[in-house]
Amino acid sequence: MALILNEEQQSLKDIAREFLQKNAPVTHFREIRDTKNELGYDEALWKEMVDLGWSGILIPEEYGGFDFGMVGMGSIFEEMGKTLTPSPLFSTGVLGASLISLGGNNSQKQSLLPKIVDGSLTTALALEEGSRHSPFSINTKAVKDGDNFKISGEKTFVIDGHTADLLIVAARTEGSTDDSSGISLFLVDPDSEGIEITRTSMVDSRNAASIQFKDAIVSSSEILGEQNNGAGILEEVLDRAQIAISAEMLGNASQAFDITLEYLKERKQFGAVIGTFQALQHRAAEMYSELELTKSSVIAACNAVDENSNDLKRMASLAKFKAGETNYLVTNEAVQMHGGVGVTDEYDVGLYMKRARVTEQIFGNSEYHLDRYATLSDY
Amino acid sequence: MSDLQTFREETRSWLEANCPPEMRKPGDVAWGGRNAQFSHPDQEIWLQRMGEKGWTCPTWPSEYGGGGLSKEENKILQEEMGAIGARSPLGSFGIWMLGPALLEFATEEQKKEHLPQIVKGEVWWCQGYSEPGSGSDLASLSTKAVEDGDHYIINGQKIWTSYADKADKIFCLVRTGPQEPKHDGISFILIDMDQPGVTTRPITLISGKSPFCETFFDDAKAPVKDLVGGLNKGWTVAKRLLEHERTMISAMGLSGGGDGSKKTKSGLAEIGKKYAGTNSDQKISDFALRRKVAMHDLNSRAFGLTMQRVGEETKVGAPSPAAAMAKYYGTEHNKLRYELMLEAMGTQGIGWEGEGFSMEELQITRDWLRTKANSIEGGTSEVQLNVISKRVLGLPDK
Repeated sequence: MALILNEEQQSLKDIAREFLQKNAPVTHFREIRDTKNELGYDEALWKEMVDLGWSGILIPEEYGGFDFGMVGMGSIFEEMGKTLTPSPLFSTGVLGASLISLGGNNSQKQSLLPKIVDGSLTTALALEEGSRHSPFSINTKAVKDGDNFKISGEKTFVIDGHTADLLIVAARTEGSTDDSSGISLFLVDPDSEGIEITRTSMVDSRNAASIQFKDAIVSSSEILGEQNNGAGILEEVLDRAQIAISAEMLGNASQAFDITLEYLKERKQFGAVIGTFQALQHRAAEMYSELELTKSSVIAACNAVDENSNDLKRMASLAKFKAGETNYLVTNEAVQMHGGVGVTDEYDVGLYMKRARVTEQIFGNSEYHLDRYATLSDY
Repeated sequence: MSDLQTFREETRSWLEANCPPEMRKPGDVAWGGRNAQFSHPDQEIWLQRMGEKGWTCPTWPSEYGGGGLSKEENKILQEEMGAIGARSPLGSFGIWMLGPALLEFATEEQKKEHLPQIVKGEVWWCQGYSEPGSGSDLASLSTKAVEDGDHYIINGQKIWTSYADKADKIFCLVRTGPQEPKHDGISFILIDMDQPGVTTRPITLISGKSPFCETFFDDAKAPVKDLVGGLNKGWTVAKRLLEHERTMISAMGLSGGGDGSKKTKSGLAEIGKKYAGTNSDQKISDFALRRKVAMHDLNSRAFGLTMQRVGEETKVGAPSPAAAMAKYYGTEHNKLRYELMLEAMGTQGIGWEGEGFSMEELQITRDWLRTKANSIEGGTSEVQLNVISKRVLGLPDK
């Protein structure tokens, strides 16, 4: 296992960095936020990302994708973390693409995956029901009704839930609340009757929604994978999603750190540049160490996906744990070290802290992954 | 078959034929030297064979007795040795610290004289850096060397000289330019320990007996030809050597369980289970301890992966820019590991000697005390943080 990028991966990362810094720097995010953009992202920019092939990176070649792997995808997410770029790449290019390619039957893969690759389909995963990640605590029920199922229940924190063309809904077809068996994944048209979608405004001004299902009707043929066996697919996909979001968090923390380092080198107080103060130097050096550890954890986890490692689950938890801890440390310190301007909306550091807290909640916070790692290690 | 595959097969069969059975079991490592002591006859055979082949210093150039291996070949050698559980043939500050500095700074004549002896384990080297009045502020050192014909006369005292009572020679920082600014008056010199002007006294640590000594120079002599890197240029050599030392000490964080390997059993968790007990689903029943163990294991893994990544990014023989970070993090992490073991063991972790405690328990307690020096020796954690902030992050001095 190599922990450095190969030439192709490095070139993809360089292209992503150049593209994002030119077309979607933080000012781009601010514009979307300040104009209260309905979609929550810029459609033209998304089209360009699609043209660069990003939505098809995790999709096999036989379905029109590029099968470039998670190391490549992680590099893009790291760069998007630095620029705070909003896009459906996570909900569609990671979640949708992985759910369908790992869980879908042949006809589902053939009809849906090429559309993700060409940008004509966006997706959202409706999973969470409580305020804390608990993937199998599912109360939303899907009750058999002839050839159809009727879905009832409420989903929260559905990323891109109000904009997606297709919802992938985890619902219980059997068993009780916390059982991992008895969960089925449904492909649901968000315009169906009995579905009410409410955009929720989050602290990072990025997309999330609550979705109510009241006897929403979906055909049995729209089950992704096998009935009652959705948990296995979900687990596999969540590992990938946790790793992708960890890469974004690494980029988020790296950028907040770099901005702060620059500030330490220019801000003067007591007749000296504040970066000369040892109290700040040592804290900066500790952040650097934690960032180095996070970088290694993220790339190793990306590799674990691409190499089909039997230790993938623990690697996903390692990445999410380390990225969460480091992002928390770095974004808090970034605001503090900026002093007064750090708490103004005008300076960017606050934006990185806000995004850090939201990504921390996506598919399990650090404590969740700490516990999961221990359980997976038999203690 | 690729060259590397051929190399692997040749290496495997050479090790198979030459690594004695006793050396495939865990145990102590030989340190060589003029009065070499071996705990088993196989240890001597193993050192002699590996030394002949240059594989005690696999990546050093073969012209100086080294193995002349590439980074990739060395990796294969280490893997093949690991596969049969082969012990390291030789422990040596000559290999870890002095040799790399000689390769970079010594004259051809000096390299030809000293490097082959290090490879073969013929000379046991120790390090004379710190002084009672010069710890973190190493460059303030005052041990004097005054030129006298073809010799230097050396007077002063060194401290924390590991194995000074066993070593044959010492590589030493001495003041040769008393008038120059402190960094510009230091030279790096090689001194024979076997002379009347050199005496040593062992130091007892909070953990008990230790290899550390005080070393006293009273009109000790060293030939002028044994000054390395030029008169008053010793600080450059010293700094580079410290980077190698940091890399060596940070590796302790790895031996303390901080490896990036996929091994499923966590040593720390086993201790937690043993002393704190488990609940019905085999989790450590003290949940606060379980949480700390998991956090430690995760950081061990992240640190191990970082060492691996830094290794891939760094050229062979060159000290890594991440050495200060590795030293800082590795040693702090190792200290924490021992604190967690003690926390798990309760009163079984605070015995000093005698009955009521197993050998293993007593060893953990002594090792816990010993780890406290990890973040002091080779540059304190605070010094490492200074190095990171100035040299890596470019934060200004003033």
